[in-house]
Amino acid sequence: MWIAPVVISAISAVLAIAIAIIDGFVNNYGEVTISINEGQKKLTVKGGSPLLSTLSSKGIYVPSACGGKGSCGACKVKVLSDIGPHLPTELPYMSPEEIKNNIRLSCQVKLKSDIQIRLPEELFSVRQLNGLVEGLKEVTYDIKELTVRLAKNTTVDFKAGQYMQLVIPPYGDIKESAQRAYSISSKPSEKEKLEFLIRLVPNGIATTYVHRVLKEKQSMSVVGPFGDFYVRETDADMFCVAGGSGMAPIRSILLDMYEKKIRHRAIWYFFGARSRRDLFYLEELKQLEAQWPCFHFVPALSEPLPDDRWEGETGLITQVLDSYMKSEADPSKSREGYLCGSPGMIGACVKVMMANGIPEEKIYYDKFA
Amino acid sequence: MTPDVHPLALLIASVFTNNILLSLFLGMCSFISISKDLKASNGLGMAVTLVLTITTLINWMVYRWIILPFELVYLRYIVFIIVIAAIVQVLEMVIERVSPTLYRSLGIFLPLITVNCAIMGVSLFMQLRNYDLLQSAFFGAGSGLGWWLAIVLLAAIRQRIEKNPIPAGLKGAGITLITIGIIGMAFLGFAGMLKTQ
Repeated sequence: MWIAPVVISAISAVLAIAIAIIDGFVNNYGEVTISINEGQKKLTVKGGSPLLSTLSSKGIYVPSACGGKGSCGACKVKVLSDIGPHLPTELPYMSPEEIKNNIRLSCQVKLKSDIQIRLPEELFSVRQLNGLVEGLKEVTYDIKELTVRLAKNTTVDFKAGQYMQLVIPPYGDIKESAQRAYSISSKPSEKEKLEFLIRLVPNGIATTYVHRVLKEKQSMSVVGPFGDFYVRETDADMFCVAGGSGMAPIRSILLDMYEKKIRHRAIWYFFGARSRRDLFYLEELKQLEAQWPCFHFVPALSEPLPDDRWEGETGLITQVLDSYMKSEADPSKSREGYLCGSPGMIGACVKVMMANGIPEEKIYYDKFA
Repeated sequence: MTPDVHPLALLIASVFTNNILLSLFLGMCSFISISKDLKASNGLGMAVTLVLTITTLINWMVYRWIILPFELVYLRYIVFIIVIAAIVQVLEMVIERVSPTLYRSLGIFLPLITVNCAIMGVSLFMQLRNYDLLQSAFFGAGSGLGWWLAIVLLAAIRQRIEKNPIPAGLKGAGITLITIGIIGMAFLGFAGMLKTQ
């Protein structure tokens, strides 16, 4: 009876070895040169790997929310040399304009020969920052507030609303290190620490790690900052909508604007949740509202439980947003929308905002990938 | 007992009279989803033919030289699928290196083929019908060509009827399945002209 497992293992082993040998042989593209921004920076690297991971191994971090799986479409890079037509795995994320300009997904482009690319200057300021977990606090039953204190003499500069990628080391059944994007919830003036809000998602690599594995005092690395979700400096009234862990970038933005003594524009924050147990930071935001006359905080529950004794707004956040935009806000001022949450929630809120006089290009959002 | 069938007859039979797709309905998932697009169908057909020919041959060797001597016939499913997965992996790497153009035209279809039931089905028929090495080679290649022919036929028809007034409830997969049924019936007209076992 012992023969069956032995034979199967032997067949698998032979095939695995054959694949490994052929891989080492066939996949060897030798040394390849990457020339960035017309020779401003030149890297000599080993070919055969995707452009994204090769660049990050050299300390250049192109933003990527999914960590190189080709599922977020964030790691776009302009390629100047001819590397063949777009792959089917790139096309879903490309507009016709981008295809014409040879914008590529750097996680799908395999380095086979010398290549010329163009990268925005600010990417060179993206760094990997190391720190220690200072706090890991439950703010609701499924959201944790993670505080990372950066290593000595390390500081970070970011704009409120931007995000970082948490570096998740291999753990349990996960054999490879992964990176996942999370918005920063602390204010930019606190340069030596970073806070994040992390909601437990079943089977999520980073969320499971933060909720079940990570402990205080452990080390934690982040890469960043990335993102163009930040406040535009105008006089328009701001309408922010975010629920759950989507609060993170909005909180950072609010704390930053309060600190910068912005008083000339009304700021509305609609915080949607299902019931009382999904609400958090309520005291902090109410206190902020009391100290800051132009800020209006509107928490709303869609399904309040009898035990909640809820006296605030009820209903879907889109309904609450709609009625406030119609009856409470100043109709004479121009308006901007800031949204953070799931694609469904963003889609619904964009519709309400457009119906209430915000042009589509003035609605900024941070979609969960 | 090896059946007394000429390998060339087997090749013709598996393309026309015993088409793996149209008479046995194996490999339906990619058949239906990819046949939307004629060019992609052609690429996938080519890839399936290539993989089928090679995997059938190698599985024949594995079956005759390893599975039979060790009396492990009950494990053939697992062994066959491991072999298929490994070969597809190797093929993908080799093609990427040797012919980037072919690699690009096959694109994502190569890895998809690992889970194509036609590939597994042909290896199992090869074992069930006791073909010898040459017969297996022609059976594998013929089945691949038959699959290729069938998907290109279907893709061409789908392209033609795309603008036709199809009832709303039948659009997409519905009318495609009906089309496949009619093509299948036409091919069944050849049934019995050539024997395969």
